[in-house]
Amino acid sequence: MSTRHFTKDHEWIDLDGEVATIGITDYAQGQLGDVVFVELPEVGRTLAAGDDAAVVESVKAASDVYAPIDGEVVAGNEAVVDDPSLVNSDPAGEGWFFRMRVTDAGQLDELMDEDAYAAYIAGLE
Amino acid sequence: MSGTDKTAVSPATHAPDPETSTADADVARTPLYDLHVALGGRMVPFAGYLMPVQYPDGIKVEHLHCRAAAGLFDVSHMGQARITGPDAAAALETMVPGDITGLGTGRMRYTQLTTPEGGIRDDLMATRFQTHVFLVVNAACKADDFAHIAAHLPAGHALEVLDDRALIAVQGPAAEAVLSAHAPDAAAMTFMSMMALDIAGTTCLVSRSGYTGEDGYEISVPADQADALARLLLADDRVRPIGLGARDSLRLEAGLCLYGHDIDLVTNPVEAGLGWSIAKRRRVADAGYPGAAVIATAFADGPARRRVGLLPDGRVIAREGTAVLDGNGATIGHVTSGGFGPSADGPIAMAYIRADLAAAGTAVSLDIRGKARPATVAAMPFVPHRYKR
Repeated sequence: MSTRHFTKDHEWIDLDGEVATIGITDYAQGQLGDVVFVELPEVGRTLAAGDDAAVVESVKAASDVYAPIDGEVVAGNEAVVDDPSLVNSDPAGEGWFFRMRVTDAGQLDELMDEDAYAAYIAGLE
Repeated sequence: MSGTDKTAVSPATHAPDPETSTADADVARTPLYDLHVALGGRMVPFAGYLMPVQYPDGIKVEHLHCRAAAGLFDVSHMGQARITGPDAAAALETMVPGDITGLGTGRMRYTQLTTPEGGIRDDLMATRFQTHVFLVVNAACKADDFAHIAAHLPAGHALEVLDDRALIAVQGPAAEAVLSAHAPDAAAMTFMSMMALDIAGTTCLVSRSGYTGEDGYEISVPADQADALARLLLADDRVRPIGLGARDSLRLEAGLCLYGHDIDLVTNPVEAGLGWSIAKRRRVADAGYPGAAVIATAFADGPARRRVGLLPDGRVIAREGTAVLDGNGATIGHVTSGGFGPSADGPIAMAYIRADLAAAGTAVSLDIRGKARPATVAAMPFVPHRYKR
């Protein structure tokens, strides 16, 4: 079981070997409200940390999901394209967005762990 | 994750209408503020007031509940006033293109305050009574509207602003059953009529009208009785509170204009598709309201652009500001309101586009994040109206 990392932009990242799975946090889905559309990055695309990767649209607004670290997209979650409400109902699990083969796992050290993220969102209230 | 809107760092701070929102320091509260908070409303600044954008069920559930049963909306931020004087209807006709003098007592009409250029200062509801005309105007415009009206009334007439009243809308197929349980005469009212009704001991001014496309009522109630009235109506299992988010998606599905978005100072009522609200006798250059000559010309010649509905293919949403393109990729207009329609079960939008391409069924494209996405010009409303005629 790997440690889950978090960005200030409310993405979560799980690293399994050299492949990272990326989604948005429960806090983020709660703020967005009902998700009605998800656009995923193409498999094979090379992303640098901070690049636009995916788009999530709620009834209220469109938001970008950024690549949290450098790497190459190896999979997108077609289940959230078919049923965007998965992002609301299971953001930390079945509602994941895409997977990347990570170039530099050391970048994860700059992100928050679960406790640090919990403190971070508490400060946003 | 981050909002693509310039203003939206976090969606939490993204009010539905940032242009008309103000800083927290100078936002007012409606008489229902405490009730919204008690109901778990997510409060955002909107048009100078802290208003609920949604409650815990979320926008989609609220929207669908309103279409299936009944929703309760706080619209107390809107402006209420009356014009008094010997001929208040004729006095209002000097400022709006609507036929007000032709209204019977207790009958209401949708009209617009126009500019000398034929643009729209605001849209409003006007109800004629024997001694006055009752007005409801948009929250963001009310101070300007009232100053404008007061300054332009003919001698012997006055504007009385009713800032001690709240306004509660009950909308949806169960609205008649809900309200008539407390005020039986409500059941016999027809669309676009207004009358005084006693509800639980309080005299309210009730109209059979609304802005969701559903049957329903708007209830003008003394501010100090608003909380009790809202709680009384919400005690009915058929009624749930509805926030600004679903209010916007309901009116968009109903094909109704939102001031500051679909109509504004540089749109005229003809290109906005509001010609139906202007009686024949007022479609002439000397009709006696600001911009009458411009509007008469727009009727005679046809406007260069028209407000249309758009149905994007697929699920991608076209937001306000999205460019509409023709088959060659040339810009032919822009989206003025766009979002997801829970009852339409897909993305819907309104746009102004070149009049020669405005026929329903015309294929166009939408420039969304740099990609041309196919869409079709569609008839509005997107969801049929269910008014009680």
